[in-house]
Amino acid sequence: MRAKDLLCPSPAGLYCPPGDFYIDAVRPVKRALITHGHSDHARSGHQAVLATRQTLDIMALRYGEDFAGTTQAAALGETTDINGVSVTFHPAGHVLGSAQIAVEYEGIRIVASGDYKRMPDATCQPFEVVPCDVFITEATFGLPVFRHPPDQEEIARLLKSIEQFPERAHLVGAYALGKAQRVMRLIRDAGYDMPIYIHGALAKLSDYYQSQGIDLGVLEPATMESGGKGDFAGAIVIGPPSAFADRWARRFPDPVSCFASGWMRIRQRAKQRGVELPLIISDHSDWDELTATIHATGAREVWVTHGREEALVRWCELEGIAAKPLHLVGYEDEGD
Amino acid sequence: MNRFAELLDRLVLTPSRNGKLKLLSDYFCTVEDPDRGLGLAAITGDLNIAAVKPAMLRALVAERMDPVLFGYSYDYVGDLAETVSLVWPTPQDSIPNREPTLAEVVEKLQSASRSDGPKVLARLLDNSGIAARFAIIKLVTGGLRIGVSARLAKQALADFGKADVAEIEELWHGLAPPYSDLFAWLEGKTPKPENAAKALFRPVMLAHPVEDSDLAKLDPADYAAEWKWDGIRVQVVSEGGVKRLYSRTSDNVAGAFPDLADAVDFDATLDGELLVGSPSATGTFSDLQQRLNRKSVSPKIRERYPAFVRCYDLLQHDGEDLRGLPFRERRTRLEAFAEKLEPTRFDLSPLVAFTAWPELEALRSAPPHPIIEGVMLKRWDSAYVAGRPKGPWFKWKRDPHTVDAVLMYAQRGHGKRSSFYSDYTFGVWSGPEGGEELVPVGKAYFGFTDEELKQIDKYVRDNTIERFGPVRSVRADRKNGLVLEIAFEGLNRSTRHKSGVAMRFPRISRLRWDKPAAEADRIETLQALLD
Repeated sequence: MRAKDLLCPSPAGLYCPPGDFYIDAVRPVKRALITHGHSDHARSGHQAVLATRQTLDIMALRYGEDFAGTTQAAALGETTDINGVSVTFHPAGHVLGSAQIAVEYEGIRIVASGDYKRMPDATCQPFEVVPCDVFITEATFGLPVFRHPPDQEEIARLLKSIEQFPERAHLVGAYALGKAQRVMRLIRDAGYDMPIYIHGALAKLSDYYQSQGIDLGVLEPATMESGGKGDFAGAIVIGPPSAFADRWARRFPDPVSCFASGWMRIRQRAKQRGVELPLIISDHSDWDELTATIHATGAREVWVTHGREEALVRWCELEGIAAKPLHLVGYEDEGD
Repeated sequence: MNRFAELLDRLVLTPSRNGKLKLLSDYFCTVEDPDRGLGLAAITGDLNIAAVKPAMLRALVAERMDPVLFGYSYDYVGDLAETVSLVWPTPQDSIPNREPTLAEVVEKLQSASRSDGPKVLARLLDNSGIAARFAIIKLVTGGLRIGVSARLAKQALADFGKADVAEIEELWHGLAPPYSDLFAWLEGKTPKPENAAKALFRPVMLAHPVEDSDLAKLDPADYAAEWKWDGIRVQVVSEGGVKRLYSRTSDNVAGAFPDLADAVDFDATLDGELLVGSPSATGTFSDLQQRLNRKSVSPKIRERYPAFVRCYDLLQHDGEDLRGLPFRERRTRLEAFAEKLEPTRFDLSPLVAFTAWPELEALRSAPPHPIIEGVMLKRWDSAYVAGRPKGPWFKWKRDPHTVDAVLMYAQRGHGKRSSFYSDYTFGVWSGPEGGEELVPVGKAYFGFTDEELKQIDKYVRDNTIERFGPVRSVRADRKNGLVLEIAFEGLNRSTRHKSGVAMRFPRISRLRWDKPAAEADRIETLQALLD
């Protein structure tokens, strides 16, 4: 058995021939194992889905209860047998419910990590290093320029700006699943206890996080109650990034536009988007985390999925680790 | 160092003037001496640090990381200083307890010899975090490019110390980094610093535009009229052998005009207009532009575009401060003084005789020289005071040119306007009949009301044909398109624009919802204005 016969790229996603299942399939398939709830990894319409309880819940919230034929919850650390292939889910530290999937067959273990990060995050379980023969890694931030700062520092800059500009609303763009709730939690951990105003697109998922015991404090809809623009002066408003370029944003007084994303590391990116206060907060690994993780798994071979593959493959070569890009299609390498 | 680095990062992304002022005055308030003064000097361009060439920076990185990985990184980021600040590897063995302060960085960089400069820089980068590294590299490669003028920094000082910005400008050229005496005074701890320095800037007197109702209330006999020349306002100061040419905002521009500075052989402060050509053959504003924003000027350019000053006022002479005297008396002194000046480099701005407003109006509409942009009115009894007081001086500009153009592209604004398409590129028709095409001739982002902004924004959203990031391309052909009446002050030839023309001070004067796009102006209309 060679590793490439155990898992191989296919148009529908990463496929396991002996187990006859896909990981994060991008088209409807018979059996899909899903690492986490972001829409480019978790799609609806599969016949059977195996994922963590939380990922299944999130998919049901986004697509409706009937998003798949049948569903099965995978408990972290417990091994399931699929057609003789052993499959184990381990936490990935990316968003609530996110997991890496270890696939083991005839003495070969491959870990498909999905998306992952190593920085502590109070809204999800921390990444667990799983020793393996082949490690499949993402490379969203796979360039040596991406070094994420501690997230508390970024939140401290946000809170300082609120003190400096109390007459303005601070609009924080953050992806609806994971990033938004992490930002809320970080704001709470920094001692801010005023209500946080949220865009409607965040409500269901934030409620779900709260139901899972992650305290996000008082969240209120960012709608106009009394009609005055002064309503949101000094407030924090969180919404999906796209909403702030839209007419929706006009209700706020002279807003400071903020964006919580790993892309904010690059000044030109912030400038292009008209972001006034970039917050470098990412749910993906930065360069140092990617390289440290590859070493920690002890993998003799690394397969790189989506992102900036060439730099990470180059680094592996320099380190004497066999590496190749998988060229999977269908995953957004811009989301964060 | 981190506080300074954070300030730079915020300034470069903050579009509003008030936002920048707040960030700067907060910095002066929370950072102690000498760091805050050095930060100020870095922003105003008054900090002297030996420059480091980009090639040297690359060489330093090449010693520390794989060139292929650096290549991928630089390609992605596109800015050398930023790339190096991000990829610089932190040495594992020597993690410092704390990062260096701005004062320590400046001290090390200033005392480094040419040969050990690179080593000193590398050590500083080793001991700093990403943000600080970026700021250090910006300091040594020259040019912060953060969109803050020296004038804005002085305004922030004024806000911080609740002082008048004119006072700060008057003091400025007698002070040196780190400006501890200035901060002590602004904080009310010591009296205003004594100015022993020579040839200081005197804050400039400015004029209000004439409003419709103004003239009816004014007696023509109280005012002198003078042509308003379209050059740059300049203050020539010479005191005890020190010669300076100050711009209106107190920047010393003498370096760019050595020919003019050499002709200064007096002890006085003159207010005037810097022009090119000669007093008998005044050049255009585009000729003048050949000499602006240059650090040094080649002899060829100097010969082709000689500079001279047309004198408006005399503020000081042989140690006597004349600013408190009435204009009538200063003018008499100026006329006598100007006679003795080098005639190819200085002349007197002539007064325009008139007895009634309609007479002056006629003169204003048909000035005798193309580089006249209107008339100035100065009360005969007015003292020379700093700033823009209402009443003693007025400017009465020639009516702007207008052209009907078609909206072609719209870009999202910043800050308050970030959800609006508020920056408009417009074009006029060119090409033969039946094959007309729009060519862009300018960009404007003001001149309309908030209500009109909403209407244009809706029009842009409803008529978008393509999107490029924050820019939308708007439907504009012979049958469809929004016609904008554009007002502008003048037109220059431009090799940078496809249309060959560049507008000065364009703004939107009217929305012509009623006008069919095909009836907008043609490029020939603009070309006719060039000559």
